[in-house]
Amino acid sequence: MAKMGILIDITKCIGCGACEKACKMRNDLPTGLENNLSATAYTVVQERRPGMYVRRMCMHCENPTCVSVCPVGAFTKTAAGPVTYDKDKCIGCRYCMYSCPFSVPKYQWDRVVPYVQKCYLCADRIAEGSEPACTAACPTGASIFGERDALIEDAKKRIRDNPSRYTDHIYGVQEVGGTSVLYLSSVPFDKLGEPFTMQLPHKPLPLYTWAALEKVPTIVVVGGVVLTGIWWITSRRDEVKKFEERTQQHHWWQAGMKKDDTHKGGERR
Amino acid sequence: MLFRIPKITLWRIIIAVIVTLGIYYTVIRYTRGLGAVTNLSDKFPWGLWVGFDVITGVGLAAGAFIIALAVYIFRIDTYRPILRPAILTGFLGYSLVAVGLLYDLGKWFDVWHPIVFWNPHSVMFEVAWCVMLYLSVLALEFSTVVFERLRLNFLKQAIHLLIIPLSILGVILSTLHQSSLGSLFLIVPSKLYELWYSPYLPLFFFVSAVSVGFAMVTMESFLSQRFLGKGIELNLLNGLARVNVLVMAFYLTIKILDLANRGVLGAVLSLRFESVMFDIETMVQVIIPLLLLLIPAVRTSARGLFITSLFIVIGFIMNRLDIAITGVEASSGTSYFPAFGEIAISVFLVTMGFLAFAFAATYLNVFVHVQKKEETPVEIIHDV
Ligand code: SF4
Ligand code: SF4
Ligand code: SF4
Repeated sequence: MAKMGILIDITKCIGCGACEKACKMRNDLPTGLENNLSATAYTVVQERRPGMYVRRMCMHCENPTCVSVCPVGAFTKTAAGPVTYDKDKCIGCRYCMYSCPFSVPKYQWDRVVPYVQKCYLCADRIAEGSEPACTAACPTGASIFGERDALIEDAKKRIRDNPSRYTDHIYGVQEVGGTSVLYLSSVPFDKLGEPFTMQLPHKPLPLYTWAALEKVPTIVVVGGVVLTGIWWITSRRDEVKKFEERTQQHHWWQAGMKKDDTHKGGERR
Repeated sequence: MLFRIPKITLWRIIIAVIVTLGIYYTVIRYTRGLGAVTNLSDKFPWGLWVGFDVITGVGLAAGAFIIALAVYIFRIDTYRPILRPAILTGFLGYSLVAVGLLYDLGKWFDVWHPIVFWNPHSVMFEVAWCVMLYLSVLALEFSTVVFERLRLNFLKQAIHLLIIPLSILGVILSTLHQSSLGSLFLIVPSKLYELWYSPYLPLFFFVSAVSVGFAMVTMESFLSQRFLGKGIELNLLNGLARVNVLVMAFYLTIKILDLANRGVLGAVLSLRFESVMFDIETMVQVIIPLLLLLIPAVRTSARGLFITSLFIVIGFIMNRLDIAITGVEASSGTSYFPAFGEIAISVFLVTMGFLAFAFAATYLNVFVHVQKKEETPVEIIHDV
């Protein structure tokens, strides 16, 4: 299946919140618009500059940090693009929340059995050949759903056709190795607040960890061999020492006997 | 009289208060969820329990593997008297880490999941496995002391047969997870403050754990000497301090080289909150202890070594909390200070650790005297 994605054109967003409402309805979340992403809001629309609305949601990274850090593999990057969460596997360590570069996963802090909550790109609807509830609800085409490659071409064309309207950057093509959700903006992204102000590397974050993790087998093998070797040497050394002590004692004992012997032996002779 | 009313002392009152609060907040945590006891939030998902109870706790228990390495692998027999207290601390420390995890994990009853659901790309997965296995190694290593007390000599001997492979395994597991706790933070290059974020975090974590391991053994010995009348000879502690000087000097050198290499050495002089914290931490953790150990009177007195070790331990705790909490505050867009309940639980767990140590040191043969050297495990191995 082709990799799908969402293109969010900030210049077209009127801040109506239709996407948020559609998402809440679709996911049986308590109604009422919220200011920030939360366990009950998988997407929100925030006015970051006068008349400039930024829609936040999970970026569905190509090489997602959350998938890599979760100790039990509760997250999956599906072939179609969505990053999904398996609430039964999750143990609630919240490493995904701590490390997600876009601070997307949210938690049910008030529950006795809490789960992580985030947008899952309506993976079930995509699997049925349909589109996410939020893009379907967007009245202006500020959020559109499609194949990621096609969306990138579309975005490039918009910038080309209208260079005065857009800043020349498609956010999400290269950030942390690419994301399935892409943004277009009229002002440079570092003027739009978090997470865009953060200097994100183009290298996928999981590779930073892998640089250390890939050394584990080497440490185990080399460590095992070296430690066993040292133990073998030190125990040999101790054995040799013991043996020498014993032989020295023997000499001394013999010498002692000889002293006696000269006395007694003389008699014997 | 059937009941003997225990003597009421200041210490007992303090402990009673700590335990009562601990139990109270435990009940709340498990009946009303994490939000009811902690100041954690979506913006700040990791706090005192991860930073102190888990990440710092594992480091403070590092003494066990270093001393086991010295005694069993390098066969430096002089350090044998330290072996048992170090392994006891390790065992208790890691047990507390496990208990701390049960408080912190949202779905604590699924704590066993990493055994069946694997993700080899996750540092947390690797740490979980190492801690699990190492806790078993420590339990086996320490079980000899318990078997000895119960006069189950055949069991004690059986474990002695395994002690070398167990120690080798313990050293490898410790090297892995002590450094991997640093690797946990490799994935947040844009969130963690530049003085702390370094590709060498795993190395820093490992070296500082070794240093604090020595310091912890020294402190325990001093405290046991004072309160239980049992401890380790001064010349041994002095030897540990000497090795620690080398370890700390190495740590300081690689830290400075790394800062210079990344071009952020100047940030050390900045008056930013994080920079100041970094400076204090480095002073307390390495620079002051190094300077103190240059003074012969400090090096050769139990009290001097104790105070030096106290600096190292406090500095170490600051370092871990700085990285897990302070260093990510700016990027989180919020500030965090642990709730009273979080502190109460952490203090409760540490108190339990101290009590368990005192209990074990009183009833088990933890502080073995040097005269008993003939009975020591390695000799037995030789004879078997
Ligand atoms: S934005 Fe965060 S939660 Fe979403 S896929 Fe990327 S790493 Fe995972
Ligand atoms: S909180 Fe759950 S989903 Fe997130 S990393 Fe931990 S186990 Fe995985
Ligand atoms: S893709 Fe689905 S879950 Fe995600 S924000 Fe849109 S409606 Fe909500």
